[in-house]
Amino acid sequence: MRPLGPAQRPYQPPADAPRTRRDPAPSVMAYRFQRLWLTPIFRVFLRYGLPVIVILGGLVAYVSNPRNIDHLTAQVEELRRTIEARPEFRVTLLSVNGASPSLAEDIRKTLSLDFPLSSFDLNLPQMKTDLQAMPAVRNAQLRVAADGVLQVDIEERLPELIWQTRDAFLLIDGDGVVIDDLTSRPISAPLPLIGGEGADRAAREALTLIRISAPLADQLRGFVRVGERRWDVILSDGRRIMLPEDNPSFALDRVIALHQAQDILGRDILSIDMRRPDRPTLRLSAGAKENLDMLRGQLVVSGERQG
Amino acid sequence: MMNNLYQMQRAMRAKRQEALKRGVMAVLDVGSYKISCLVLRFDEGAMGYSGDRHAALAGQSAFRVIGMGTTRSRGVRFGEIDTVQETERAIRTAVQAAQKMAHTRVDHVMVAFAGARPRSYGVAGEALVRDKTVAEDDVARALASCDLPDLGEGREVLHAQPVNFSLDHRTGLSDPRGQVGERLAVDLHLLSVEANAIEALLYCVKRCDLELAGLASSPYVAGVSSLVEDEQELGAACVDMGGGATGISIFMKKHMIFADTVRMGGDHVTSDISQALQIPMAHAERIKTRFGGLVATGMDDREMIELQGDTGDWNHDRRHVSRAELIGVMRPRVEEILEEVRARLDAAGFEHLPSQRIVLTGGASQVPGLDGLASKILGNQLRLGRPMRVQGLPQSACGPAFSTSVGLSLFAAYPQDEWWDFDIPAESYPARSLKRAVRWFRDNW
Repeated sequence: MRPLGPAQRPYQPPADAPRTRRDPAPSVMAYRFQRLWLTPIFRVFLRYGLPVIVILGGLVAYVSNPRNIDHLTAQVEELRRTIEARPEFRVTLLSVNGASPSLAEDIRKTLSLDFPLSSFDLNLPQMKTDLQAMPAVRNAQLRVAADGVLQVDIEERLPELIWQTRDAFLLIDGDGVVIDDLTSRPISAPLPLIGGEGADRAAREALTLIRISAPLADQLRGFVRVGERRWDVILSDGRRIMLPEDNPSFALDRVIALHQAQDILGRDILSIDMRRPDRPTLRLSAGAKENLDMLRGQLVVSGERQG
Repeated sequence: MMNNLYQMQRAMRAKRQEALKRGVMAVLDVGSYKISCLVLRFDEGAMGYSGDRHAALAGQSAFRVIGMGTTRSRGVRFGEIDTVQETERAIRTAVQAAQKMAHTRVDHVMVAFAGARPRSYGVAGEALVRDKTVAEDDVARALASCDLPDLGEGREVLHAQPVNFSLDHRTGLSDPRGQVGERLAVDLHLLSVEANAIEALLYCVKRCDLELAGLASSPYVAGVSSLVEDEQELGAACVDMGGGATGISIFMKKHMIFADTVRMGGDHVTSDISQALQIPMAHAERIKTRFGGLVATGMDDREMIELQGDTGDWNHDRRHVSRAELIGVMRPRVEEILEEVRARLDAAGFEHLPSQRIVLTGGASQVPGLDGLASKILGNQLRLGRPMRVQGLPQSACGPAFSTSVGLSLFAAYPQDEWWDFDIPAESYPARSLKRAVRWFRDNW
């Protein structure tokens, strides 16, 4: 049997002496490692599994410490701030176009911007919504123009009518939108007056009628919406022209034509009823009625007739 | 004992099936001179050992050699393991090289070895056919009725192959299933080896983290690879001249009917040279392979071979011998081996076989002049055999030294039906009903 202990070598041959080469054999560990290395699942694990685990593990370890998170957030914030603070993004001026001076003042008050500020801090959609919520603004365009100017292009609602309600006199535009109270806003030019329930919804029609009634301008007082369906034209001395529901401008045209031809409004009438456009009806005052009867030769004491 | 062996062989067969399913298996030839490992890749779908065994191209198309590793053997003498640790290291070396070449990890290995004193037995058994047509169950009962000969102390059965079936008065059936008859008789060839050799082998394979998927006798698998088909059919003997043992197997009708080993081989020739010329074994081996021969001519007297030594004695280290002297040392030993082979063949009754063909293979059969010498001793119908060509085998492994490896590959791909491939007949189950039910479920679900 071979000796079990370490081999005793009394004679060591010199290093350059030819020696019989010991049979090469892999160690158990080398053999096992090679077999492991040749295992497909192990290779797949090394190639994909291990990197994923290492990266994920590192991330999780980093994230699990709240101080790291804070530090990271702070750094991101800092970076963001430095970028935002660059002069290229600075907004220093607000320029309002297309608004009257008082409206421009209102807009500046509404936006209440504290210049200089970064264009990242501007919430343009929100600002646009805010501006469009203002009654005097029909449409607003906001953009950050060059040289740090916040350009606000306003399409202003101009008051076109005065709407008399029970409580107040309101300024409305052609779409019937209430812009302001008459008392709180000075107007530059006189505006036509309309009244009645629902008059604001028919403002566009009222404007048309007003344009048509230009020849009557000297005696025109205003327009009254009756029953939310038709217009009465109020003239001086409380005379009325009752316009039909359908096609009132035609009816008004006829009245004006009558007036120009026969001076109908110069006569002693209370109202012209055009609700049946094909049959204008006049209501005469009491004196006029008597005169008419007299002219017709039918002088009857009104009291008897009534009786 | 028999039942134990039956279980072990069935376990190995199951592992072999598993390896075939996985597609990669290693075959390991544990020889006395070299240990070589081939890694085989099996084609998908071409499997099934119980299928057609005599396929086209003799079956080598089903697999491909994808890796080979060979290392000098250590710790193996006479074809059996002598030093377990050394053998384990050698197996590790071979397997690692083969795995590296194959780029694959192998887990299952089939092993062939030459030694362990194989002994052949012819056993007969018979059974009545149950319902006219022979079924697998009838074959199993016929096999189970075989009387097991007294193998001797510490011996195990390595191969138990049914070689011949007779049905009533017809004999020479290779597969009786489906035939109609009453009495089924079977001839079984039993090969027993020493059990401790198997134990040592199991230990080595286990130490290398490998699963043993089968064991084979080296003379048998050498015959499988070196004998051509008609030699196997008509009857021939294969003499596998290895390093430490010379295996003899006799084939008839494609079955091995006898196997034996002579415990002498090329290593003994080397040691004779080493002793006679007083040179180290490694040097003797080199001289033998380079200048060796068996038939001396006048030319050989003039061819001087320089003997080298490292004793330090100038006169001893600077000697010359003629090649004739070398031949004179080698020839008696080779003659002795061949005489012994002749004796074994005679003992087996080889001369009564219709064909007297003998094929010499194995590493030691490469000595020049062996065919001339052997034909004087063994007979005229003799040739030097090389293993069958298989796909993917490297050029360096095509020589006769690799006939065992190649044969083992063929055996792995197309195993012979063995006794344990048939189920134990139902009557011999100890606890019948429950186990049978469990077994039925496992087989069918």
